[in-house]
Amino acid sequence: MSFKNTFETYDWDTLEKEIYEVTAEEIEKVLLKDKIELEDFKKLISPAAKPYIEEMAQRSNTITKKRFGNTIQMYIPMYLSNECQNICTYCGFSMDNGIRRRTLSDTEILQEAEHIKKLGYDHILLVTGEANKTVGVSYIKHAIDLIRSQFSNISIEVQPLLQEEYETLIQSGLYAVLVYQETYHKATYKTHHPKGRKSNFDYRLDTPDRLGKAGIHKIGLGALFGLEDWRVDSFYTALHLKYLQKTYWKTKYSISFPRLRPHQGGLDPKVEMTDADLVQLICAYRLLDEDVELSLSTRENELFRNHSVHLGITSFSAESKTNPGGYSVEPESLEQFEISDERTTEEIKNMIQSQGYEVVWKDWSKSYVNFI
Amino acid sequence: MTTDILNIADKTFKSRLFTGTGKFSSSDKMREAIIASESELVTVALKRVDLENESDDMLAHLKSNQINLLPNTSGVRTAKEAVFAAELAREALQTNWVKLEIHPDPRYLLPDPIETLKAAEELVKLGFVVMPYIHADPVLCKRLEEVGVQCVMPLGAPIGSNKGLKTLEFLEIIIEQSNVPVIVDAGIGAPSHAAYAMELGADAVLVNTAIAVSQNPVEMGIAFKMAVEAGRMAYNAKLAPIKKHAEASSPLTSFLNDLN
Repeated sequence: MSFKNTFETYDWDTLEKEIYEVTAEEIEKVLLKDKIELEDFKKLISPAAKPYIEEMAQRSNTITKKRFGNTIQMYIPMYLSNECQNICTYCGFSMDNGIRRRTLSDTEILQEAEHIKKLGYDHILLVTGEANKTVGVSYIKHAIDLIRSQFSNISIEVQPLLQEEYETLIQSGLYAVLVYQETYHKATYKTHHPKGRKSNFDYRLDTPDRLGKAGIHKIGLGALFGLEDWRVDSFYTALHLKYLQKTYWKTKYSISFPRLRPHQGGLDPKVEMTDADLVQLICAYRLLDEDVELSLSTRENELFRNHSVHLGITSFSAESKTNPGGYSVEPESLEQFEISDERTTEEIKNMIQSQGYEVVWKDWSKSYVNFI
Repeated sequence: MTTDILNIADKTFKSRLFTGTGKFSSSDKMREAIIASESELVTVALKRVDLENESDDMLAHLKSNQINLLPNTSGVRTAKEAVFAAELAREALQTNWVKLEIHPDPRYLLPDPIETLKAAEELVKLGFVVMPYIHADPVLCKRLEEVGVQCVMPLGAPIGSNKGLKTLEFLEIIIEQSNVPVIVDAGIGAPSHAAYAMELGADAVLVNTAIAVSQNPVEMGIAFKMAVEAGRMAYNAKLAPIKKHAEASSPLTSFLNDLN
């Protein structure tokens, strides 16, 4: 059994129809409930819920404060490699994109890590393209081993791996894995991933199950907004979340909200997700789940990020570079995508604090994953 | 007013309000609220402090003769991880006190009774003063007492829920049966909840979210201090009994008096 069994009991077109047929009366009934369930979430992400965004935001703010207090966690990505054997129509690292490829050496990894550490970060997210031969499990494990002493919390966003491979990395001190399905629409997924291992929809869909079985501490989920209708994709993401929470109950979960950003050879979004839509979605997730971590990256602009502190977001990145070596080794190399919020870490910290929130750098002990 | 003293292991406490350090909007605000509450035992999550860094912001703000640090193992999922974390804390913070928290469930943070008992036994053998966070399970409390913990910390409701004493029936049994101090932990969301726990005979309460997330943590810290004192005083003064039936002014048997 895996999420695939649950997934197959739903039909995209039926869901889409249901979401677009929700009425204002139904939203009002949902908002009277204490406990919001998946069927209610479906209503809260519908177009009919738009007039209720402020009410949802107020409620989201209250329950986020109850569970997370007045705190925002900080993390930063570190791109290790832009090599990739996939063709993805929306990604700057796509194999058919004629950019110069590079993978960081040991010295470069340490140099980047040192730079990041000086900025104050203790939670780091290692990112690669999908190139198993050059940046396979042994490379990732080696990178974790290199920087483990400097960071309490090491997460990765890399190609989907086998359960045993995840187990090896967890033994090395890995805390979390972020793996986005991109879109839950099978045909659209195939269109955007025509070549490479990533074109296997089912293998990617089963990745969180392999992670859960491997005993990972945290799994990050999400859809890439712009490929398909964000409302239906978000329903599937929520369905995935609820399935995982029941099945792998010892694992923590986070949701991210990546919207398509400009990049070399870029793709125009099929479906636009407005700022108001994103606020609606963030609040709907919080109402569905008081405990799930909600993360917002530098893909979003300053204004949006400033306000999201009060909407239910619990973790932030800042000053992100989306190119290997982007912090100190080779700052001018080509990025995976352009970021929108270019403020420094210090500026982001001040912005969060000025809104009455504590900036949390450390919220994990490496001893918990590295006690052997 | 005379305050009776709470003893746990080698320490004495005038205040029966223990506090936490999470969820405050700043370290300054945390310190102010804790000082105002007059709490003498403050729990600190190991995962939040940098044990290798002496100038760690949170630890720096808690430096005071009045405040005893109680490291907690929040974040561990097994007895083995808890023992390792406690040993790290002992070395870094120079205290053999540990609040044992093992919650493999990251959503409701409900404690694992089996792993907690295993870890408690091991930690007691290693010389720790063990304060276990547990469900309000009277049998588990007795088992923990048998392995040598210095107190028990049953929950009133899930952590951070502010729902109050949802486990009331079991807390009463635990308080009645316990030979070690009973500290009601988790779920206390209002000073009235804390006062009620103290009236029932709890030896202390631990409060975090209700203070940290309030609009005014300093005033809320003071409110909890007063509530805990009032509740304890009421307990000591012995509450007037609650009667199930009204006392009739002309009882059925009053005629017997007339017969004499």
